[in-house]
This record gives sequence, structure tokens and C-alpha cells, in this order.
Amino acid sequence: MHALREALAAFRRAPVLTGLASAMVGLALFVIGLFGLATHNLQLALSEFEDRVEIAVYLRDDARQSEIDLAQMELGDIPEVQSVRYISKAEALERAQAQLPDFSELFDNLDVNPLPQSLEVKLRPGERTQVVVEAVSAAALRYAFVEDAQYGREWVDRLFALRRIGAATTVAMGSALALVAALIIGTALRIAIFARREEIYIMRLVGATNGFIRRPFLLEGAIAGLIGGGLAWLMTWGTYRGVYAFLFELAWIPPLWIVGGLASGAAFGAIASIFAIGRHLREL
Amino acid sequence: MIKLTNVSKEYPNRGYALRDISLHVKKGEFAFLTGHSGSGKSTAMRLVHMSDRPTGGEVRVTGYSSDRVSDRELWKIRRRVGFVFQDFRLLPGRTALENISFVLECTGTPRQDIVPRTQRLLAQVGLSTKAGALVHELSGGEQQRVAIARSLANSPYVLLADEPTGNLDDRATRGVMDLFWDINAQGMAMLMATHDLELVRRYPHARVFELDNGRLVYDSAVA
Repeated sequence: MHALREALAAFRRAPVLTGLASAMVGLALFVIGLFGLATHNLQLALSEFEDRVEIAVYLRDDARQSEIDLAQMELGDIPEVQSVRYISKAEALERAQAQLPDFSELFDNLDVNPLPQSLEVKLRPGERTQVVVEAVSAAALRYAFVEDAQYGREWVDRLFALRRIGAATTVAMGSALALVAALIIGTALRIAIFARREEIYIMRLVGATNGFIRRPFLLEGAIAGLIGGGLAWLMTWGTYRGVYAFLFELAWIPPLWIVGGLASGAAFGAIASIFAIGRHLREL
Repeated sequence: MIKLTNVSKEYPNRGYALRDISLHVKKGEFAFLTGHSGSGKSTAMRLVHMSDRPTGGEVRVTGYSSDRVSDRELWKIRRRVGFVFQDFRLLPGRTALENISFVLECTGTPRQDIVPRTQRLLAQVGLSTKAGALVHELSGGEQQRVAIARSLANSPYVLLADEPTGNLDDRATRGVMDLFWDINAQGMAMLMATHDLELVRRYPHARVFELDNGRLVYDSAVA
């Protein structure tokens, strides 16, 4: 109770200093927020592309329907597979006509339908990886009546390369930004605590235990971090609204990320305070 | 209450600040620690307060030995030993009452006891009417009295004062010294460091230790 009272009193006694510390925490977390916004939207864009990852299993014309049904069932039983749909030659031609209207005349004059019957294999979300795509293709190719299995290797490879680069960039930049944020938060709270070193000295002088001295500062750091997290949220929201209104459409960060941001702001603040106060606890 | 036995303090690159000091201040005794600037008075006070450890010998204060007490236990000694500084070291932006009650809060005094006890301490140092005054609204002498009241908050057995009158005029000095004698009369051991020999001569009943260049060169009890 004393710790909370003292932590709140610190904001009352030195509003400028504690306000500045909160603002610095806010700015540091704002950069992380912007990064989160960009990462989230990039992830959504990549997921949209990934949704289109499917395998077309082309079948010989002489394949028997019972064999096709069995293959459809067996491929559908693979855990990573979401659905397997049979496309007849006629349906393939209909689709081609619909998708390529410029060639409609050509299609109309065909004596024989040249398009093969096929199975369209869709993978479950989260399973649309290069390894799974290749494994399912290989499984399909094991049937004697399967002529080919295609998944747009080139663009799928590019998509997965992009995903890998995206993931590596997210980890590297995210870590760098988190480190910078941690340093800024640490410095801000160090300054705030340095300004109160006399208070810490007196507490030590009169026999307060280290735990007793630490607690209000820990809470003060957590509160400053929480306020900073709130500021960062507002600034990120403002940026999101601005971009949405004037530049392009984008999605807002998931609520769990915001809760995580606020919690990490508070945690950063508390941890930074513990480190910052350590030196002063050894002074007497 | 305070016993130094063959105490030395050597700092790396600076040599000895204290060399083989032995002195004993008993319960209820009032002792001055005198000497020129740089003679080792402040180092000795720091050792007695256990803010620093000797490099040789043993310091015993209120039953705790520098040989055995760990850093984690220092708070126990600090509650038994009051300390008054030359520059008061009050917390600015707080009132006289808050500066004292802060100590009681720090040491876990029940909340309902804090204000009455603080008011008693202010009355003891003659500042009942200044409870609500901010530090900068008090004179130097009054600030030192608040600092003394603060040092008494934990009901210590020993009071240490390092040049407590160094920043005060003659009248305020007399007031503070009278206060120290009153406190001492209640049985508290008192060790006061000062370079002001004129002041020391005003109190012939007090024990006097003199340091010179880190050595104890005079003890009035054995002179």
C-alpha cells in the first residue's frame, strides 16, 4: 500500500519528469506499434496469397471413376489436406471459357475437349508450406493414372522465399527495435530515478530494507510503462486512421497484440526501474 | 555502544585514511571527534555507521561487528544509529512533518502512530509550529533541527553527527548543541565530528578524540 501511495505521489511531486519518462516510453513503444502494424498487414497480404496455394493433379483420360474416387478419398485423408475436388473435362473447359473470354471462339470450334480431368487439392491454413505442398504432390504422383501434379512451383517458391525474408526481417528488426525501446525506457527511468537518488539515500540511511525501497520504484516504472504503452497505442491508432483515410486500406492490429504491448510496456518499465535503482542501493 | 579496535582504512591509490585507531564511546557518553580537514574524521564516521568497511581491525556498534554483519543486515544497524549531516540532507518539496514521517513509513511504523509520533519529535526539537513548513521555508538552524528529529525517529541507541554545525551561525549552533546535550542526557551515546575546536572547548565535560593524518593523537580520557 505504501509502495503504491509513494509511486503515485512521485507523479504528483515531479509531474514533468515522470511525464517525460512516460512520453519517452510512449515514443519507444510507438515505433514498435508502427512496426507491428506494418508486420500485421504484411502477414495478412502473404496469407491471402497463401490461400491461393493449391495443387492441381491432372489425370489421364482413361482413368476409371472408381480409381479417381479412391485417390480423392486417400488424398483427402492426408491430415494437411483441407479438401479434394474433382474437376471433370467438361468443367475444366467451362472454366477455361469463363476465364479466357478472348479465346471463346477457339473453344467453341473444338472437336475434342483437350483439357484433362483433374483433382484440385486445397491445404489447411497453416499447412500451406513448401514442404507440405511438395509432399502432397509426390503422394498424388504415385497413382499410375496421374499424369502430373502442379502447384505453380515458381510463384509458390517466390511466395515462400518472401515469407522467409519477411520472418527474418520481422525477427531482426523487431529485436533491434525492442532493444532500442528497452534502452530508451531504461534511460528515461534511470533519469527519473537519478533525480530521486537523495530520497533513496535517506531511505537507506534510516534503515529501510532494499525490498521496501525497490517496491515504489518498481510500481512507478510499471505505471510509467503502462501510461507510455497507452500513449503508444493512441499514436499508432492515429497513424492507422490517417493512413486508412488518406493513403490506403489496412487492417488494425489484433487486440491481443495491444494487450501484449501494454503489458510489455509495464514490464519494461518495472524491469528498467529495478536495474536503474540497483546502483543507488549500493551507494550507502 | 561504539568500539573501534585497531581500525585501519586504506583506499586503493590514496593510501591510509585511518591507521590503527582504537576508541570506545560508552552508553550515555558525549564524545567529540576532532581534527583538521583530511584528518580522517568523516572516514571514521562512515565506518561507525558501517557505510564503509575497515580494511583492518574491527568496528562494533550497538552489538554489531563489522567482521560479521552482512550487507543485507545493514538496515538493522541503521535503525539503531541516527545520523546528522552538515548539509541537513532533507528532502526538498516536502514539509518538516513529511521529512520525519517518511522515516517512520520506511521502517514500518503503523500508520495511525506516524503523525502523533512525528509531532512529538517536532516538539522535542522545538518546531511544533513548523510542521507544515516546506524545507525551503525553514532557516538553516530549523532545517538542522528537523534533520535531528528525523535521526531520532527510530529511537536509536547512538547518534552520529558529522560537522552538524558547520553551516550554522553562532546562535543556531548553540541551539543545536543544547538539543544534542538534551538528547544525550536521556542516555543516548553521541559522537560528533567537528573541526571547530572553539566549540569543543565550550563543553569541557565531553570526551574528546583528536585525529591527525589518520591517527588517533589525543583521547581526553587518557590525557
